[in-house]
Amino acid sequence: MKHLLKKIAMLAVAGGIAASAQASPEADREAFQNFYKNRFASVPMEEYPNGVYSIDPVGRENWEAIEEFPPYEPFIDEGQAMWEKPFANGKTYKDCFADGPAIAGIYPLWDKKNGMVITLPLALNKCREANGEKPLKYKKGSINDILSYIAYESRGQKTNVIIPKDDPRALAAYEKGKKFYYTRRGQLNFSCANCHLQNAGMNIRADRLGPALGHTTHFPVYRSKWGTVGTLHRRVTGCNKQVRAKPFKAQGEQYRNLEYFLTYMSNGLELNGPGARK
Amino acid sequence: MTISTKLLGIASAGVLLAGQLALAPVASASGPSMVEEGKNIAFTRKKGNCLACHVMAGGKAAGNIAPPLGAMQSRFKSKAELKAQIADATVKNPETSMPPFGRHKILSDAEIDKVVEFVWSL
Repeated sequence: MKHLLKKIAMLAVAGGIAASAQASPEADREAFQNFYKNRFASVPMEEYPNGVYSIDPVGRENWEAIEEFPPYEPFIDEGQAMWEKPFANGKTYKDCFADGPAIAGIYPLWDKKNGMVITLPLALNKCREANGEKPLKYKKGSINDILSYIAYESRGQKTNVIIPKDDPRALAAYEKGKKFYYTRRGQLNFSCANCHLQNAGMNIRADRLGPALGHTTHFPVYRSKWGTVGTLHRRVTGCNKQVRAKPFKAQGEQYRNLEYFLTYMSNGLELNGPGARK
Repeated sequence: MTISTKLLGIASAGVLLAGQLALAPVASASGPSMVEEGKNIAFTRKKGNCLACHVMAGGKAAGNIAPPLGAMQSRFKSKAELKAQIADATVKNPETSMPPFGRHKILSDAEIDKVVEFVWSL
């Protein structure tokens, strides 16, 4: 994997980017995005939020047909009702999120006080618990309704993850997420990067492997395989199971740090959730 | 290896393949042959799932992550060398995407032997 990272760094240099001796998240992001620019030279950067359909013309036709009657629409409506319905104490989500509902663009964010990455699902549950409501489950169920509504209202915002320089723990969390991404795991011995970086654009059986760039922009996602909308952490759980690794807890430290790194890699890309995937 | 010896290798692999195909029906009298059993293991998704990445004769909708499997006897010196590659491809190439079927016990040693017989016949 070291070798692959070196290759990416070399690509970055070839692309005219002055890679500093010490890797920084910003140098990582430039190298990461340049890797795909080089591999898929004809794909414009603004296409990557469309995931694998940016590089799979056949899959794209089916996807565009699905998007004519988006399967995630009822979930957006349900989510709007949730957003507007007062809690038992009379308050609403709006009391926690004054700028809401279009707030997806600020997550995941670094919480200096608690020294941890806060994702949107985690923030929603913190709001519920502060108002005496039960937290929602993090993979399936109604959390996906409110996430669909917030994602829809946030469409057009740009991914802009910030790693504050005044707290070294934020960089450490990013580095942990990065390490997770490049570490082989499971009986089948795959890292996230093996499939979505090294082999992006190749076919595994009849399925094309999508680029990692843009992976975070369109969640939650209506997946035909699930027959419903699911969270990013549900999807990552599925990835881990596919390589026969024991999945980590949704919204646990590992997946939150992974989301921090992976979303940072897509900085600059437009949010376009909720998405539809096969 | 010169081009002519390589061609010879491929040609002789073809002769061997033809020979094995001719022998295959005989083996079925006492259950499936090693080659047939190996093919089943190689093609089964929960076992070898080799078609996820390799194109090979008889397999449908194969992936293209890894090289097509053919003329194997010109690519590997011996069955032992082929077995070592299936058991742990990271030895030769640390960057490989190929799962280490032996090292991680994805397949048993006996299963790998059968897969070797099948792949050697390609």
